[in-house]
Amino acid sequence: MLRDVIAWLTDNRQAFDAAAGQHLVLSATALAAAIVLALPLALVLVQWQRLANVAITAVNVLRTIPSLALLAAMLPLIGTGFLPSVIALTLYGLPAILINSHTALREVDPDIVEAGLGQGMTSGQILRRIAIPLALPVVFAGIRTAAVQIVSAATLAAFIGGGGLGELITAGMGTLNIPQLVSGGLAVAALAVMTELGFAFLERGVRWSIGTAA
Amino acid sequence: MSWTLENGDIVAIALGEHMLMVGSALAISLVIALPLGILTARRPAFYVAAMSVTGVLYTIPALALFALLIPSMGLGLAPAITALVLYSLLILVRNIAIGIREVPAELIEAADGMGYGRIRRLLDIELPLALPVIVAGVRITAVTQIAVATVAAYISAGGLGDLIFQGIAQDFGEKIVVGALLTSLLAIVADEGLKHVERRLRAATAARL
Repeated sequence: MLRDVIAWLTDNRQAFDAAAGQHLVLSATALAAAIVLALPLALVLVQWQRLANVAITAVNVLRTIPSLALLAAMLPLIGTGFLPSVIALTLYGLPAILINSHTALREVDPDIVEAGLGQGMTSGQILRRIAIPLALPVVFAGIRTAAVQIVSAATLAAFIGGGGLGELITAGMGTLNIPQLVSGGLAVAALAVMTELGFAFLERGVRWSIGTAA
Repeated sequence: MSWTLENGDIVAIALGEHMLMVGSALAISLVIALPLGILTARRPAFYVAAMSVTGVLYTIPALALFALLIPSMGLGLAPAITALVLYSLLILVRNIAIGIREVPAELIEAADGMGYGRIRRLLDIELPLALPVIVAGVRITAVTQIAVATVAAYISAGGLGDLIFQGIAQDFGEKIVVGALLTSLLAIVADEGLKHVERRLRAATAARL
């Protein structure tokens, strides 16, 4: 079995590299978009409690939609390919980052904020120098969760023509090519585990640098 | 909505298959996770090992896990339920072990002092007190399994994912939306229902202590 898998990988190096590259570009774009959307939104929501309740409820409903359904729902709306996949994956990763960021910003110790105000800091300075650094570890934990979710769900982008490593699995299923199927499965599993470990390592770095700065 | 109204039976069958698949997976998961959680609760080395192995399983994307199970198990319900069970172990074993570990030490000592054997202590004291935390684990597991089970349709295990995959293949939006909505609804109902059970158990446990 393992020999067949290695043989398939060496014979199809280019196809494998292309699929892996697509998977990474797809995931990285969606993660970047989710971060760019979620962080400013969290900052706005902390100021507006009533809006926050509505947004958090909406995001919690979004969270119950399975990744497959979210990707499939793009089909009647905007069709197949890279862009619909990125949009679906962005929506899929958004809740983890938004909820963590909002919670972290809201739970910044009021005494520390008070102390900052007492020293004559403006609200912008308090946000930049106090709230954001204190919230960062929890925000980053949300980004890690989203990254793993997106890399995982990107496997299913193959069903709506988004490419990626999932295509090795669907192509292997289609032609009953077991070595290709298993190569795809192993590659996706390894990528997901590496994403989890890599971001856990980065998260420790963030915590450490905040710890030494404070 | 005309397709759904005319094909209520197809939708109902898909929903039934989905619930049956998740229900069986959940039952098997508990049968496997309970002894693992009990064994690892007070053995830190075993606990860390169990968390590492089940953590890796939990991280593997559903489609990849199916791809890896197909060579040995083929298609259908068997690999689908196996994958759902493998996903559940991290959270179930963790919550069972944590629930048992959080039982106050005085109670354990009192039970030992009263001459309770290990089995009786486990059944009469540790498991009942750990129950709210265990149910919390079951709740998270059920919600995860309901979502993952949609992908199982791809390996011919049926369920609501069938509607979604048919919708993709036929470019038929309504089937996708109905499959997605029912899956979300099922997840929300399971989440709220088990949350309710969890809250009642917590209140009952607090009253006993």
